[in-house]
Amino acid sequence: MIATEQLRLNIGRRTLIDALDWRVGSGECWSVIGRNGAGKSTLLRTLAGLRAPDAGRVLVEGRPLPAWPLADLARTRAFLAQSRNDAFAYSVIETVLSARHPYHGNRYWEDSDDHHAALRALEAMEVADLAERDVRTLSGGERQRVAIAAMLAQDTPLLLLDEPANALDLAHQVSVMALLAKLCREQKKTVVMVGHDLTLAHSVSTHALLLMGDGRWLAGPVSEVMQPDVLSEYLQHPIDVVRHGSRTIFIPMETSA
Amino acid sequence: MRYKASLITIGLILVSFASLIVAGMTGSVVIPLSEMPDALRELLDGQPVSLAANVLDLRAGRAVTAFVTGASLSLAGMMMQALLRNPLADPYVLGISSGASVGALAALLFMCAAWVVDAAAFGGAVAVCLLLYLLARRDLRGGNAADGGTALLLLTGVILSSACIALVTLMLSIAPDSRLRTMVFWLIGDLSGAPFRWLPWFILAGSLMYTLRNARALNVMALHAEAAATLGIRVGALRKGLFFISALLTASAVTNAGSVGFVGLIVPHACRFAFGPDHRLLVPSATLVGGAYLVLADTLARTIIAPQQLPVGVVTALIGTPVFLYQLHRLRK
Repeated sequence: MIATEQLRLNIGRRTLIDALDWRVGSGECWSVIGRNGAGKSTLLRTLAGLRAPDAGRVLVEGRPLPAWPLADLARTRAFLAQSRNDAFAYSVIETVLSARHPYHGNRYWEDSDDHHAALRALEAMEVADLAERDVRTLSGGERQRVAIAAMLAQDTPLLLLDEPANALDLAHQVSVMALLAKLCREQKKTVVMVGHDLTLAHSVSTHALLLMGDGRWLAGPVSEVMQPDVLSEYLQHPIDVVRHGSRTIFIPMETSA
Repeated sequence: MRYKASLITIGLILVSFASLIVAGMTGSVVIPLSEMPDALRELLDGQPVSLAANVLDLRAGRAVTAFVTGASLSLAGMMMQALLRNPLADPYVLGISSGASVGALAALLFMCAAWVVDAAAFGGAVAVCLLLYLLARRDLRGGNAADGGTALLLLTGVILSSACIALVTLMLSIAPDSRLRTMVFWLIGDLSGAPFRWLPWFILAGSLMYTLRNARALNVMALHAEAAATLGIRVGALRKGLFFISALLTASAVTNAGSVGFVGLIVPHACRFAFGPDHRLLVPSATLVGGAYLVLADTLARTIIAPQQLPVGVVTALIGTPVFLYQLHRLRK
């Protein structure tokens, strides 16, 4: 679905990621894990085509990113930015409808099927009752769910999410993650997300990409990569694992400070 | 939505015509509505004979110029607000009009002919626009890799604007008293000497076509900022288009009537407030309301203390300030 070849990302003079050869197949759900400033968001923005790689290239469905027409690409991958600022008083439904832009061609107004798609997405995120609200009056968690709803309305096989659980309460963290896992499992969508909650990431992801922030990286299935010793090294903090039924729970150990 | 939009647009077109008719009727000689059709017919035949037709001839040119100036400023303001993603931006925020002021005032200072003043104003606006483009190219870069927002563009514009204002103040302070009055009138914005021209109409029509074509893209960019690229918007190209076209509109309006304040700020703002932020409706409504507003403001300016005439910029500012403060206050709540 999406792949990188010898990808290198720099910030200033620092190399964050080096020689990343990475393949993500369809139906896979990847978590990108690393410390603050390790290049997780930079990588995601590069995959979304918002930032040019410093070396190497990104391929979507085997085709390099620059060779994609923007409109076709917009029907193939959706991107959830880490943060938003809303300057204008758009309503929630207008926000979600705007994500249908790639399907409009030259039409001036949207059609009823766009409205259906937008309403379905709002219902999936449990924000249908907010449809007519001004986005600037929403709480952080509500705004985040509206943004994810817009992404669902874009209806793409590839979803790139930068901290989707940001600002969500516990119940919605679990339900959003479960929804993403279900999309991968049942509709063969591909998800690449950045997150900090290891337990949550482990419960929904099939694969993980660990970033060290100095060029080193490690990619593989969750069962291989999300081991306490590996995670401790990449996050530079001792991490312990507890098994609870079928669940795996990651616990950061206390350091003697 | 589309029915509501066409209804509002048709309503506003009617309001615009009504404003032009009111402007034609009022003044030192009042033309009753019943004489309007005959007078208009004479005017269109090119042979105004009756008194009504002659008066109308004088007023119509001025009213029509007011309309195109107001519509251009309002549309330019709306584009600037979308470009900078800031509802408090206006066509003058980037200093394009200040550039025009420098040009026009320099020409007035050296007692140049009227067309030289206009040309100098236009030249000043274009010069600032190009300088701004060179300095802040990063924010307007093409392709889909436009990083970050438009902070550099905004800051550069504000700084260039204050430099131009300093030059304006310098020229005002060294100008002889005899020329001061014309210079101040130009600065505030005045339609009394404005001749009828076709060029501003062509510029307005072209800009309107561009913005209507890109109205949906404007919505996406206003909502998603640079992430609009992931929805298939060529952010760099759209920003460049908005920048140059709003600059051209501003230059054309300012050349016509001097820097008339507040139209470009409050009209798009009020339209957003009344009709919602959707650019597909906002583009036509802001254009029409801007035109009608300036026509009415100019009618007031020439009648309120007749036979004395006020510069129209004073009227727009005096009406605009309280309206704008009220809106701003409600926005904060």
